[in-house]
Amino acid sequence: MRFDAWKGFNEGRWEKEVDVRNFIQLNYTPYEGTDEFLTMPTETTKKLWDKVLDLYKQEQANNGVLDIDTETISTIASHEAGYIDKELEKIVGLQTDAPLKRAIMPFGGIRIVEKSCEAYGRKMNPDVAKVFHEIRRSHNDGVFSVYTPDIRAARSSHLITGLPDGYGRGRIIGDYRRIALYGVDVLIEEKMKGLELLDKEFDEGTIREREEIHDQIASLKELKVMAEKYGYDISKPATNSKEAVQWLYFGYLAAIKEQNGAAMSIGRITTFLDIYFERDLKSGALTEEEVQELMDHFVMKLRMVRFLRTPEYDALFSGDPAWVTEAIGGMGLDGRTLVTKNSFRMLHTLTNLGPAPEPNMTVLWSQNLPAGFKEFTAKMSIKTSSIQYENDDLMRGFWGDDYGIACCVSAMRIGKQMQFFGARCNLAKTLLYAINGGRDEISGKQVAPKFEPVTSEYLDYDDVMYRFDNMMEYVAKIYIKALNAIHYMHDKYAYEKIEMALHDEKILRTMATGIAGLSVVADSLSAIKYAKVKAIRNEQGLIEHYEVEGDYPKYGNDDDRVDDIAIEIVQKFMNKIAKQKTYRNAKPTMSILTITSNVVYGKNTGDTPDGRKAGEPFGPGANPLHGRDTNGAVAVMNTVAKLPYEYSEDGISYTFSITPAALGKEADGRVTNLIALLDGYFKQTGQHINVNVFDRELLIDAMDHPEKYPQLTIRVSGYAVNFVKLTREQQLDVINRTIHERI
Amino acid sequence: MFIVKEVGELKGRIHSFESLGAVDGPGVRFVIFMQGCPLRCKYCHNRDTREYSFGTKYTVDEVVNKIKRYVAYMGEDGGVTVTGGEPLLQIDFVRELFKRLKELNIHTCLDTSGFVQIDKLKDLLDYTDLVLLDIKHMDNETHQDLIGVSNEKIKLFAKHLSDKGIPMWIRHVLVPGITDSEEHLIELREFIGSLKTVQKVEVLGYHTLGVHKWAQSEEEYPLAGVPEATIEDVKRAKRILGIE
Repeated sequence: MRFDAWKGFNEGRWEKEVDVRNFIQLNYTPYEGTDEFLTMPTETTKKLWDKVLDLYKQEQANNGVLDIDTETISTIASHEAGYIDKELEKIVGLQTDAPLKRAIMPFGGIRIVEKSCEAYGRKMNPDVAKVFHEIRRSHNDGVFSVYTPDIRAARSSHLITGLPDGYGRGRIIGDYRRIALYGVDVLIEEKMKGLELLDKEFDEGTIREREEIHDQIASLKELKVMAEKYGYDISKPATNSKEAVQWLYFGYLAAIKEQNGAAMSIGRITTFLDIYFERDLKSGALTEEEVQELMDHFVMKLRMVRFLRTPEYDALFSGDPAWVTEAIGGMGLDGRTLVTKNSFRMLHTLTNLGPAPEPNMTVLWSQNLPAGFKEFTAKMSIKTSSIQYENDDLMRGFWGDDYGIACCVSAMRIGKQMQFFGARCNLAKTLLYAINGGRDEISGKQVAPKFEPVTSEYLDYDDVMYRFDNMMEYVAKIYIKALNAIHYMHDKYAYEKIEMALHDEKILRTMATGIAGLSVVADSLSAIKYAKVKAIRNEQGLIEHYEVEGDYPKYGNDDDRVDDIAIEIVQKFMNKIAKQKTYRNAKPTMSILTITSNVVYGKNTGDTPDGRKAGEPFGPGANPLHGRDTNGAVAVMNTVAKLPYEYSEDGISYTFSITPAALGKEADGRVTNLIALLDGYFKQTGQHINVNVFDRELLIDAMDHPEKYPQLTIRVSGYAVNFVKLTREQQLDVINRTIHERI
Repeated sequence: MFIVKEVGELKGRIHSFESLGAVDGPGVRFVIFMQGCPLRCKYCHNRDTREYSFGTKYTVDEVVNKIKRYVAYMGEDGGVTVTGGEPLLQIDFVRELFKRLKELNIHTCLDTSGFVQIDKLKDLLDYTDLVLLDIKHMDNETHQDLIGVSNEKIKLFAKHLSDKGIPMWIRHVLVPGITDSEEHLIELREFIGSLKTVQKVEVLGYHTLGVHKWAQSEEEYPLAGVPEATIEDVKRAKRILGIE
């Protein structure tokens, strides 16, 4: 391969085969300076952003959904070109023919599309609906046609929740950079070669793979058609900065037109783009203002990603999330930092356009990051509460130096790895089932197999642990059964053609399970072990309440007595998951992440032996239960950092909130203190942390006067949300959550 | 000052720990709240740390082991702050603790009222990197009324620190109508000026966040009705003290 578009780039293996990492390593310019070079938004950017803000306002006024195209099934090239303002936009492309207008994507499930339309007072075109009711099966129908009674029971009793069986699974990151670097034609040729080679034993696996590659090629062709509608020919590599951003964005746009996925990360694009920017800055083709303008306009597009979902879905995951996660910074395997000027520019959009939850800015933190970048990110965190941090020093050992983050905390090699998203199971409920002989503590129904419940007045640690172990075994089994069914059907009926077209042929698949309620379980077992827990039964003999007599060590205080229990549970459950046979031999993994579903999980779970009352929220992710951490935030960090990443490779989420006053008396001090905290937490091998710096009063005011805070952004487990888009219940949960404020 | 001696192995009575202290000394600090205080400050915001008989007993080893878990977070500036209560009430424990911390190269900071007899300090200051000294009032009579003791020892302690070359941050709680008069602040400024090792002067606005702790001990709050210091009040005081 040889293209004029590559003039000025250093030669390497990347020219002979698709290898973006090799291109980056040979061509990027590490940046060790400060934020001094950054520029303010241009007049064009300001004008354009004002238009977007106005659209946001109309959207909010219209119950959160501006418009729906109820006629057209969304595919890569289904819609005509759409613009915010054609004259002003440097980077173009919308999901439909108008900004914030949502598309219907029924391949995941027809019912959810119909329900979503109805919820916003619209009706899906009946002819289109008919196709999916009578002719073409959706993923959702496929799954339910094979679900067994035990899976259904576990679902409806909220033992396993949030499964992607009625909507797109997401969590797959296409390597969108390939389009800019190689152009679509090269990618098609490569896939054709792959197809030719795939002529081994003609069994089910081979046939499926051949069909998939065939579909991938078709989707790449469709991608070209989509770009043509905007007047671009993207068959060849991008020749300059603007084209590089545009080509890359077209790839991402194709993905979000094809898939209403639960999380649609963009990957790790910032440093890649910097190579184009540096080339144009050096030749004088662009100024710094113009480069920042490209980034600002690009990020605007990423902030405008919209999916049609039901209000219930949004209530579970809060707000209107898309998880356009971008991994920024980190270090290379050769010891050079992967921070470039563009890492600064990306974060600087939070200043130029104001704070926002999307794209989900994720800084890959290393002890060795340049001081200037550490200072800048800490400063931006304190200012915007819009950044999450993940431990690059930890993850590099697992995933190399070209991984991205799917959704919130799930690391994966870009273009070489994907996951089968598995939401999470409710471990606190599992414990209650163990105590109650498989009966649900709220409904009294026999959900898990029947066995003798605890009969003693006081709970005995060894007895409960034995039962819990057995119950985890059962839950792991039906959980993987459900996931196997889901991902079989998703591949069959809602395959991610374009995203997978931007992957290698040989990829690592993970089966990403998750757990909710870890701190509740750890505290419950600790209470049983170190205090006395009395079981209170109702007339039917079901244990409904617990009385804790005495005190016990609580998760979140760096106390090994209870933290060791938490570690043990994580290891045990992961081992049980690992025993199961998975679809496509996916590698089983686990996450400790709830996003905001900790509220809903808590709502559906009865009293627990730690003294938590029925309905009360769990702690989010790996956080302790609200108010149980009495030794300050660093003690919590130590507890969370103890959880073993090798048993939870899909990520361990911790959300940290502090008032500005408690972080330090002066602005400079706050920045250095935050850096010290991040360095410390990651040195102790913590994997993920959300950083929020705000006063409780501010949130209370925002709850009562949402109109004053349209852009107030806060981090919740794994991503950021617009505070004013949360349900009242979730807002209260955030406010009641521990905000470290000792002064 | 009355200094507590326990029989047997040296143990400290500790009210609680705060693993993220960012306002009591430089950087990120592990803060130890010692139990017990001989003073009777009317605006005490840690009323629950006053009675010596409460609190949990820890050996120096136990506390050092705890602190070791937090060294990673201390960065270049941080360290350990011992506060209270009044840490000098348990001077032997604090001395031993600081000695051990200096062996580990951890920055030590003593947050004290300075109400101590100099000869009781022995070599404590050899292991102390920084003293946060709270000067409550310059006028002895007001001091007696507000704090319950005379301020003579405190002034001597400050001078002693200055003579020994121990760095200190002076802190002053600004209570409207009680410690905020111009005359008093000027006097305080002059006193601070006479000390050679003052690195920083902090004005802490009087707040009422600790009032609920008085209710817990079923005692009436002596400063009920006194307003909190506003940001403006603090600014004004800083101006007079010449630190803005």
